[in-house]
Amino acid sequence: MATLPVLAEGLRKRYGKASALDGFDLAVPEGTVCGLLGPNGAGKTTAVRILATLLRPDGGRARVAGFDVVGQAAQVRHRIGLLGQHPAVDEVLSGRQNLVLFGRLHHLPAAAAGRRADELLERFGLAGTGAKPVSQYSGGMRRRLDLAASLILAPPVLFLDEPTTGLDPRGRNEVWEAVRALVTAGTTVLLTTQYLDEADQLAHRISLIDQGRVIAEGTPGELKSRLGGDRIDVVAARGEELAATAAAVARVAAAEPEVDPDTRRVSAPVRDRVAALTEAARELDAAGITVEDIALRRPTLDEVFLHLTGHDTRAADQLPQEVTA
Amino acid sequence: MTLPSVEAPPMPGTAAERLRWSVADAWTVTGRDLAHWLRQPATLAMNLLFMVMVVLLFGYLFGGAMTVPGGGSYREFLLPGMFALSMLFGVEATMIAVSTDVARGVTDRFRAMPMARSAVVAGRGIADMLNSALGLSLLLACGLLVGWRWHGGAAATLAAIGLLLLLRFALIWVGVYLGLVVRNPEAVAAVQVLVWPLGFLSNAIAPTATMPGWLGAVAEWNPVSATITATRELFGNPGLGGVSWADQHAMLLAVVWPLVILAVFCPLAVRRWQRLSR
Repeated sequence: MATLPVLAEGLRKRYGKASALDGFDLAVPEGTVCGLLGPNGAGKTTAVRILATLLRPDGGRARVAGFDVVGQAAQVRHRIGLLGQHPAVDEVLSGRQNLVLFGRLHHLPAAAAGRRADELLERFGLAGTGAKPVSQYSGGMRRRLDLAASLILAPPVLFLDEPTTGLDPRGRNEVWEAVRALVTAGTTVLLTTQYLDEADQLAHRISLIDQGRVIAEGTPGELKSRLGGDRIDVVAARGEELAATAAAVARVAAAEPEVDPDTRRVSAPVRDRVAALTEAARELDAAGITVEDIALRRPTLDEVFLHLTGHDTRAADQLPQEVTA
Repeated sequence: MTLPSVEAPPMPGTAAERLRWSVADAWTVTGRDLAHWLRQPATLAMNLLFMVMVVLLFGYLFGGAMTVPGGGSYREFLLPGMFALSMLFGVEATMIAVSTDVARGVTDRFRAMPMARSAVVAGRGIADMLNSALGLSLLLACGLLVGWRWHGGAAATLAAIGLLLLLRFALIWVGVYLGLVVRNPEAVAAVQVLVWPLGFLSNAIAPTATMPGWLGAVAEWNPVSATITATRELFGNPGLGGVSWADQHAMLLAVVWPLVILAVFCPLAVRRWQRLSR
């Protein structure tokens, strides 16, 4: 058990008639980041809230840091940090006051709580702004303070529930860097996200979750190759050249292109990124087709789901929204 | 980034240790609110001065047109009503604080921490009681300045203050319950509007004898009215002499009503709190 800080077996949770979790299994090895990836309403937040002892499961069991999340919740709370979807810090207090407050509530003596607050402010680049009220912090600073507040006792397990939602790219990078540094130091992280990109950046392994259960699991590379890798998008300038454009793209693509007449967009998976782009450009040029836009891109979460489940993320959205409080 | 390690305090083993943690945690949560006061002295002052403004508004602007049945100064009649209204309006502060913490995720952070869960509500309650006690002190001082006096002995005066704080204590649980139900600080503003008629539909500002019969009956049975009549009696202020059962037994009702409110809303609030885990 010592090697599996997060272990969930057959977790079940219902809200009325809707099933939020339906046989959810997960195992995260020590010192790794597991990305829980799925659309809204797939059950990501419910899973994290059960593992963080905030919700009681209807069925199944889970152990975190070796303790049962229901029967030994107090032990679990000693060993976890939780970052919810919104920064859970006191807006009126200063950053330092927040950390001292949470330190005291972790039962550190007053002097030790003060020292810990200063250490954490320093580590998260907030030493200079520790005296300012949080209401004056930027989104990224708030998130870093939120993260610092989750690390009072340097917990071995950290839960991050959509940690970068609503952050600008700079704030997102700040959070990613902080998480990477923690993992290097041995923390085990369970991260939920709606962004393939974020899971790609941070996670060693990704579990795709849909309708309350894990439907696919693997390293980011493994999952991507199952999806057929990157895609090429070509937007034809004139509608009447759409068929010719599709034909040109088909000659360089790994599978039959999808054509959207409304946006005049032809989209297809490709194997070799750069070669595909140059070849496509040559083919289009040779056919005398005027192109409005041509680009390589990663598959979107919608395409991941379409590929793996046969339905897109909207189907999952029709389930009741998770309780996110 | 290697975080320096920190020596985690051992988990409490005995019931006595757990109790010590619960008390310490409740006091820490209370301290958070006291820190809010220091951080936002203007907000605190505005909240405290609001009731003073209401006293001046009714005491001087409308007061001239008021006559107290049985004679006596209108401001002497008014002040016990204002004391009780300030206790009632305190429910808004509790509601906003509770719902803001739920909406911001601070409540969840507390619940995922190794602290005593009771401390979240206990700390809120202590802070709100302190806030209301401070507000009441200021209002008492304001009363003295505008000509209100207590005419009873020290024991009666303290008993009156005790009844007011008992009402506030009961209302904390109403505030916690509603804050947990509404969960959205903006929606709380809508609930707040309902607190006002509840306050004014009492004998706080006008004697119930001046109201249409049915309205007067409703006002007489208002829990706030019971506290007001009882404190008028204890302070020796005018406006007594109502003939209804509720008026005649105001002292009893001023104790029973808060206990009934407690008996209803304390279990409701606890159940709502537990439902956060469901």
